[in-house]
Amino acid sequence: MYRYDHYDQAMVDSRVEEFRDQTRRRLEGMLSEDQFKPLRLQNGLYLQLHAYMLRVAIPYGTLSGAQMHALADIAGKYDRGYGHFTTRQNIQYNWIKLDEAPDLLADLARVEMHAIQTSGNCIRNISSDQYAGAIADEIIDPRPYAELLRQWSSFHPEFLALPRKFKIAVIASQTDRAAMKLHDIGIRMVRNDAGEIGAAFYVGGGMGRTPMIAPCIREFVPVDQLITYSEACLRVYNRYGRRDNKYKARIKILVHELGREKYTRQVEEEFAHLLTQGIEPPLAELKRIATFFADPPFETGLADDVDRSDPGFALWLDRNTLPHKQPGYAIAVISLKPVGGIPGDASVEQMHLMADLATRYSFDECRVTHAQNIVLPHVRKADLFAIWQQLEAAGLGAANLDTVEDIIACPGLDYCSLANARSIPVAQKISRRFSDTGKTAELGELKLKISGCINACGHHHAGHIGILGVDRKGTENYQLLLGGSEGDDTSLGKITGPGFDEDGIVDAVERATDVYLARRQEGERFLDTYRRVGIDAFKEAIYG
Amino acid sequence: MVELLRFREDEPVADPALTVDSFSDQSNASAVRLEPGDDARDLLPFLDQLRLVEINFPSFGDGRGYSAARILREAGFDGELRAVGDVLVDQLSYMRRCGFDSFAPEKPFNPAGAQAALSRWPQVYQATGDGRRPIWALRHDAQSNG
Ligand code: SF4
Repeated sequence: MYRYDHYDQAMVDSRVEEFRDQTRRRLEGMLSEDQFKPLRLQNGLYLQLHAYMLRVAIPYGTLSGAQMHALADIAGKYDRGYGHFTTRQNIQYNWIKLDEAPDLLADLARVEMHAIQTSGNCIRNISSDQYAGAIADEIIDPRPYAELLRQWSSFHPEFLALPRKFKIAVIASQTDRAAMKLHDIGIRMVRNDAGEIGAAFYVGGGMGRTPMIAPCIREFVPVDQLITYSEACLRVYNRYGRRDNKYKARIKILVHELGREKYTRQVEEEFAHLLTQGIEPPLAELKRIATFFADPPFETGLADDVDRSDPGFALWLDRNTLPHKQPGYAIAVISLKPVGGIPGDASVEQMHLMADLATRYSFDECRVTHAQNIVLPHVRKADLFAIWQQLEAAGLGAANLDTVEDIIACPGLDYCSLANARSIPVAQKISRRFSDTGKTAELGELKLKISGCINACGHHHAGHIGILGVDRKGTENYQLLLGGSEGDDTSLGKITGPGFDEDGIVDAVERATDVYLARRQEGERFLDTYRRVGIDAFKEAIYG
Repeated sequence: MVELLRFREDEPVADPALTVDSFSDQSNASAVRLEPGDDARDLLPFLDQLRLVEINFPSFGDGRGYSAARILREAGFDGELRAVGDVLVDQLSYMRRCGFDSFAPEKPFNPAGAQAALSRWPQVYQATGDGRRPIWALRHDAQSNG
């Protein structure tokens, strides 16, 4: 894992002091709320329906045991005993008091963490593949590049008042587990014919009210030009992105309106110019960063067999673990989706347990996934049973990764001031319904995603089944979408027809899954069947 | 209170700053004002004659002026680069990094606040042409010097 040196620490400490001073000026009335708002937003502090919400950055989703413990302590000390892991691999606290926020940030800084640029119109926390460094299919660990970008984007003086927020994801395998093409910039590390590592740039993807899949604007940027190319992409956006309408201000609209060719040409011109400016860190810096992400000292010669005699464990093993690149090891995913629970929520005690498990069994490392679960990336297969037992005892043993119960849901109307409808109760009802009917396992991989409004924080466009909360004449109403995907075959879901009330949407989801069960062919997932038979068969069953 | 904060030794330009449109008609003017929608690169042929470029921030949330400032400095402009309009003390250090060397805020700064804001950051992560050595350079200096 990356560790701060005294430079990184000094930057984060200075930021805490700056925010302490800004908060004091706000509380003393020297700053108006209008002036304070962009300052608090760049420190992750939102004013929500009931209280302030603070979003903490978890760069590329990676945490040490000590950091997870600190997040638990913060949940106990400043919140009501819970943290909420988000679709951008971050954590949010929903019950924060403004005057305590500077102390909270100081507690974070003590464990090399911060909330810098987790909101506001700036470059946000960089996300990545949650299985980086553990999965066999990557060509290289993407996280050193993400860390290089993190430092470059932190307090970048030119890009702190962009037209709109800006999200970057970095991956390094053919399988996309980070919804890379649905980011403002998606970067895929690749190897060219000469065997050199470089970056393919996808620019202008996004969800929100106008979802778009990012086109590739350059197949190969050499690694020693990565920052310069990123800066060119950002400068063109900062200069020409729309500022007249906040709904048209994301880079996807600029790329769409200019067209890919024209945007690319402008970037290339700016890039050629910036190459003369000496803004690229030396490769030695990338090398320095990469040493922090070297493989942990894996044991060799471990057996791959696991005792499956406990059926509950066998279920979890099949559903929630993945093959590791190292023989004798596995990747284990802790589901934060207990049946009837709030997706992504973890209590103080649960966070402490996950921290302990990471330290004891996973080389002191865990990850947050964009599907709001927690990964223990490097676990000996021989330890899986002990881990599962401890998870079970803490209510964290749900064996439902990537199933219909593994729902992504945004906070919705329970917390969010922008929401049209509640997301959490819908997620709870759906997971209960499928757990009760026992169909979850039979349905296999089925990604269900819920957003409480068109801003799409719950990624509903990218769900095999998506649910969008809308406001219909003052009552909460839910639209159903089918056929979205965020993987290698990224696609956007289509709305089936008129919306439903809360119970109606649960029924509609069940009817859609019944169509799949009736029509599927050997080996097909829900998404495959949908793509083969088309939306009409589903509409008929849903609206009949 | 500070109405003009300046980091230059030379005499301030007394001429009023012209808009980009009227500037292009007046071949001998030495001061021009850029609005957010203006293209800073239109000024590049005239950098030798310019002594002052004002960059207006009608609203602090519109960051186009940061790019305009860097573009002018990257092209070698060494005259006065002044931020005017809705310029707040919390943006001072970032504006300095982009090449601004004077500030005429709509609402004057409190001098202590301006001083605190400017001395906030011990180091910087990026190379922006403002002469500060970024952290990555310091790290590798330190290493090569043992
Ligand atoms: S999708 Fe809408 S309701 Fe949900 S968190 Fe985002 S803004 Fe709030």
